[in-house]
Amino acid sequence: MAFVIMRDVGIKCPVSILVPDWPSFMHPMPYRRPSLLNGTQMPEPLLQAVGLECERDERLLFQNLSFSILPGTVTRVEGPNGSGKTTLLRILAGLNDAWAGDLSWCGTSISQNRESYLRNMMYLGHRPGIKHLLTPLENLRALMAGRRPLDDDALLQALAGTGLAGFEHVPCRNLSAGQQRRVALARLLIADEPLWILDEVFTAIDADGVEAIETLLLQRAREGGAVIVTTHHDLDLPGMGRITLGAA
Amino acid sequence: MNVNAPIALKKVDSSVGVFQAMVSVFLRDVRVAFRQRQDLLNPLLFFTMVVTLFPLGVSPEVAFLKQSGAGILWVAALLSVLLSLDHLFRHDFDDGTLEQLMLQPQPLFLLVLAKTMAHWLLTGLPLVLLTPVLGLMLHLDGNSVATLCLTLLIGTPVLSLIGSIGAALTLGLRSAGVLLSLLIIPLYIPVLIFGTGTVAAAAEGAQVSGYLALMGAFLVLALTLAPFASAAALRISLSNS
Repeated sequence: MAFVIMRDVGIKCPVSILVPDWPSFMHPMPYRRPSLLNGTQMPEPLLQAVGLECERDERLLFQNLSFSILPGTVTRVEGPNGSGKTTLLRILAGLNDAWAGDLSWCGTSISQNRESYLRNMMYLGHRPGIKHLLTPLENLRALMAGRRPLDDDALLQALAGTGLAGFEHVPCRNLSAGQQRRVALARLLIADEPLWILDEVFTAIDADGVEAIETLLLQRAREGGAVIVTTHHDLDLPGMGRITLGAA
Repeated sequence: MNVNAPIALKKVDSSVGVFQAMVSVFLRDVRVAFRQRQDLLNPLLFFTMVVTLFPLGVSPEVAFLKQSGAGILWVAALLSVLLSLDHLFRHDFDDGTLEQLMLQPQPLFLLVLAKTMAHWLLTGLPLVLLTPVLGLMLHLDGNSVATLCLTLLIGTPVLSLIGSIGAALTLGLRSAGVLLSLLIIPLYIPVLIFGTGTVAAAAEGAQVSGYLALMGAFLVLALTLAPFASAAALRISLSNS
């Protein structure tokens, strides 16, 4: 059902290695030629999935899906509507429990290492997690409170960075759809989590915003983090890995 | 040396204190509720209406009201809490804040406990504060009113805590109201029986410390176990969404 494309774009930064059910996958990448990595050692994958399988409403979304997300990569999950992109991302984020297979964070199973994983992973879903009755500042403060409490100056700066300067104290229900998404996206500017899982991140965002987000994704990868993203927007970043779902 | 090689991004090892995170969740809920005050008034209005309708509908005689006043107030309070339960997680579920709550590194059951405590503060506590007025209206004597307030003060948090389990379980359903009531009312019955029993004992001049101790036991039991059940139910509900 699902298959995985291996795409190599040379030396700029290591691509996510996507292997279809590789039997030797449990060993540290024996199939990878070191020359591809320009002499550096193969880094330990941040996130590794082996034999993921998910069924929803008696329909098999994917099966035997294996991949690893290396530090320094952007990976795009592709597929038509209903192919399970969001479900895969929710599984990776730990929001969906109805799956089989192995999922590990830095070599340890996520279920055993949940707290550490959650501290290092940021998930932004379809629903942005913004309360309509609160202002952008209050929303951002509440979203960051359990992860990395920041003073208001830093939060205001992040909001200004997403183009919301002047709207900090306006209740979110008075903002446009794009502005509401931008409140959630302000987290990209202040997040210190290495792994970002972003579902439909470009929805309702204008062209300038899209460009700014692309820069942020690449920057996170360059800093040694990793980004997993779904989008219907035409995203093609240098060195981007792909996971394709639902294709025959 | 490859200049393009990624520098290793430091993993996040620091963590926010659990208490700090709970306070943040609590304050956000309180703030949201105060921005939407009519939702705060709904359970109070319902409570007042039910209590005022009883003398009109059944009998305005002092003897009847003295005897059944405590029961009326308890049932009305129970139903008011039940009515407000659907809102406990629903809005957060719809706007995605619940997802983000689940992804916080702190234990989910403690964050759920913070939310439930905010729910009690915003629905249960106002009912307790309104009770003396309505109690006097139903010709309850001072001793009965005091005992009634005390039982409601212990009992309404139990109602919120047990209710949070039902609210979490029925979250994924489109019309959760009836199912929520069916799930939760059987669990409310012991609280109701002991709550009204305490007031009846007080009215007869008997010692109520035993009753109150039992109600306290209910509260401790709900406080320690309900958040775990709610957190587990939330995981199931979100997993299916």
